[in-house]
Amino acid sequence: MREVAIVSFAQRCNQSKWREGNDIELLIEPINHALDAVGMNRQEVHFTTGGSNDFLAGQAFSFVRALDAVGVHPVRDDSHVEMDGAWALYEAWVNLQLGQIDNALIWSLGKTSLGKMDELSILSLDPYYVAPLGADPDSVAAIQARALIDAGRCTERELAEIAATRQEAALQNERVELPSAKNADEIMDEPYLASPLRPSTGARVTDGAAVVILAAEREAKKLCERPAWIRGIDHRTDAHPLGVRNLTECPSARLAAKRAGALGAEADIAELHAAYAHEEVVLRDAIGLSDAVHINPSGGPMLANSVMAAGLIRFGEAAQRIIRGEADCAIAHASHGPCLQSNLVALLDGGN
Amino acid sequence: MGGRLAAVIGAGQTQLAQRLYMSIAEMARQAAERALADAHMDWNDIDAVVLGKTPDIFDGHLFPELFLAGALGAVGKPMIRIHTAGSVGGHTAIQAAHLVQAGVFERVLAVAYAKESEGDLNWSVSGGGIPFYSPLVAGPGGYFAPHIRAYMRRADAPDHTGIHIAYKDRRNALKNPHAHSPIPDISLEMIEQSPILWDPLRYLETCPSSDGAAAMVITSERYADAGSAPPAWILGSSCRSEASTAPRRDLVNPLGGREAAKVAYDQARVTNPQKEIDCAELYVPFSWYEAMWVENMGLCDEHHGWRNALEGKNEIDGEMPINMSGGLMSGNATGATGMIRLMEAALQVREQAGEHQVDGARVALGHAFGGAAQYFCVWIVGSNKPR
Repeated sequence: MREVAIVSFAQRCNQSKWREGNDIELLIEPINHALDAVGMNRQEVHFTTGGSNDFLAGQAFSFVRALDAVGVHPVRDDSHVEMDGAWALYEAWVNLQLGQIDNALIWSLGKTSLGKMDELSILSLDPYYVAPLGADPDSVAAIQARALIDAGRCTERELAEIAATRQEAALQNERVELPSAKNADEIMDEPYLASPLRPSTGARVTDGAAVVILAAEREAKKLCERPAWIRGIDHRTDAHPLGVRNLTECPSARLAAKRAGALGAEADIAELHAAYAHEEVVLRDAIGLSDAVHINPSGGPMLANSVMAAGLIRFGEAAQRIIRGEADCAIAHASHGPCLQSNLVALLDGGN
Repeated sequence: MGGRLAAVIGAGQTQLAQRLYMSIAEMARQAAERALADAHMDWNDIDAVVLGKTPDIFDGHLFPELFLAGALGAVGKPMIRIHTAGSVGGHTAIQAAHLVQAGVFERVLAVAYAKESEGDLNWSVSGGGIPFYSPLVAGPGGYFAPHIRAYMRRADAPDHTGIHIAYKDRRNALKNPHAHSPIPDISLEMIEQSPILWDPLRYLETCPSSDGAAAMVITSERYADAGSAPPAWILGSSCRSEASTAPRRDLVNPLGGREAAKVAYDQARVTNPQKEIDCAELYVPFSWYEAMWVENMGLCDEHHGWRNALEGKNEIDGEMPINMSGGLMSGNATGATGMIRLMEAALQVREQAGEHQVDGARVALGHAFGGAAQYFCVWIVGSNKPR
């Protein structure tokens, strides 16, 4: 395999309502920042791809306008996935293996405030048998949280403690909108969102956009002093119907981690796309993370669930710590679908 | 070409029609089952699934790849969902090929579908309401018709060209068992007398809106050599995109299409496409676009697209057969359409195109485009293994 690394990352806001422009305009700043950080301009990009969803903008082909933001003029090798941008990163990694391109810009965009995510997410459930039941995403997630508690894998108190720790970390992250952090006691006093989940142990949906630049071999070394090399990457999916899955486990995350070389890896940090506190419990066990691994030092996606971008942001946050020399080895994870149905895992390191 | 060799060893598609009594999962699975049967493979033989689909809004289901994981045998496997407008079927097949060419997987299932009958396509694409973007309130025909007028003026093409192209495609569609509402007694007069939808396009010069799915099994050399089905070797493939609004964008002969073709030809070592390409299946939603895309792909000289059409050169037994399957006149299930074009090219070089087989087709081109003529995919397949 050709060695490929993340050389640059930038993200925009992650705030509950970004009012300064339209969805595509949300992308401009992270594109500029990510390019500036490695001294590139738009014309030097070999391949662009991104992740977004038309439903968020309420318009078919909304992603097409991103071509103007990433600046494909006059023409560019380019693609798009209707998934979290982390899967676009996977696509770019595959294409970099072919040796025809040496770099790729991956964008990711979710302006969730344009619509109602609660109502939209229902449409992602099986359209014939499940969607008509109208279960909103918090209720679906609560089924998994309840299964974990019933199986003795965690308590509500432990979920509150996870949330409190992430809030504490998020205070240090200027890209998360959080004036003050709550402690576990305060979280336990919150009313239920969907039992056993409370607002702080649940996902807070935000507007956000992110950009990652990948480069191969010499190009990576040229662009970045300490690139975050992708040592392994894989994604897997589980069945969709909740009733046929053991929700306390996540075989797809485990298999993806195994194939990426991340299963039980002694990483310094892990950025997990756990939008709910209990998803961390599931993923920690599935990926085999020891207590020594610092989970979601960025604060994670619980307070900044920029739908479509939150997974790519995990890759960016993990890589950023390697690029800055704050970590040597990191696990990056993205998820897609109800109760962690699909999972993408990568192992990153700063070595040569 | 970058990476390892890859070939199509299985292809399948559903009937193109309004499938009101068939679920999305049934439809997508049927195409996949047919592709697997053609490849003499089972679900367990597949390493990864690539799914393509036009906007979720078309049929109202968000992230359909999630609920289709079971129907497409993807549980425990990687499944990625591509969406690049109308060209998506092309991108999907090419991305599946990339997984093999990159050496990541050896046996990949590419599936693409659309179920237009569950939504309203013209409404979905008419959108608008975004500041500083021109609202597209007339459906796709309303967007593309002025560019056809521009072509007619530029190439000095006579008004009746479109009717002749539609007549050729609708006759070819009669040879295609999957065609949507074929018209057995089709005639030039019938097309000419059909109502104008968007000047200069008549009703019968326009593709139907269909439900349908297509699938291909793409494998490494090892499996292609070992298989009992004749492989279609992927000799070249490329994708190119253009901005939505940019000065000097040429919407009649887009640079994106020309570049995509050039890159694919270079990879396939095709130096004279007019001589070396035996037949081509192009994404032609409206009759006139055949004349435009044949030029865009370099399959004839500039401004000769309409002449070739009128001289019968693009007939199945002509010099440069185009849209042997009937093209989009035999159905347009948007998500699947691009893949069906690439698949037709593969079927031709595998000599499995049935009644619409071109005699002696060895090298064929498949093409897809999408957006406001912004996304372009081209692949060249051949019956001989490249050395």
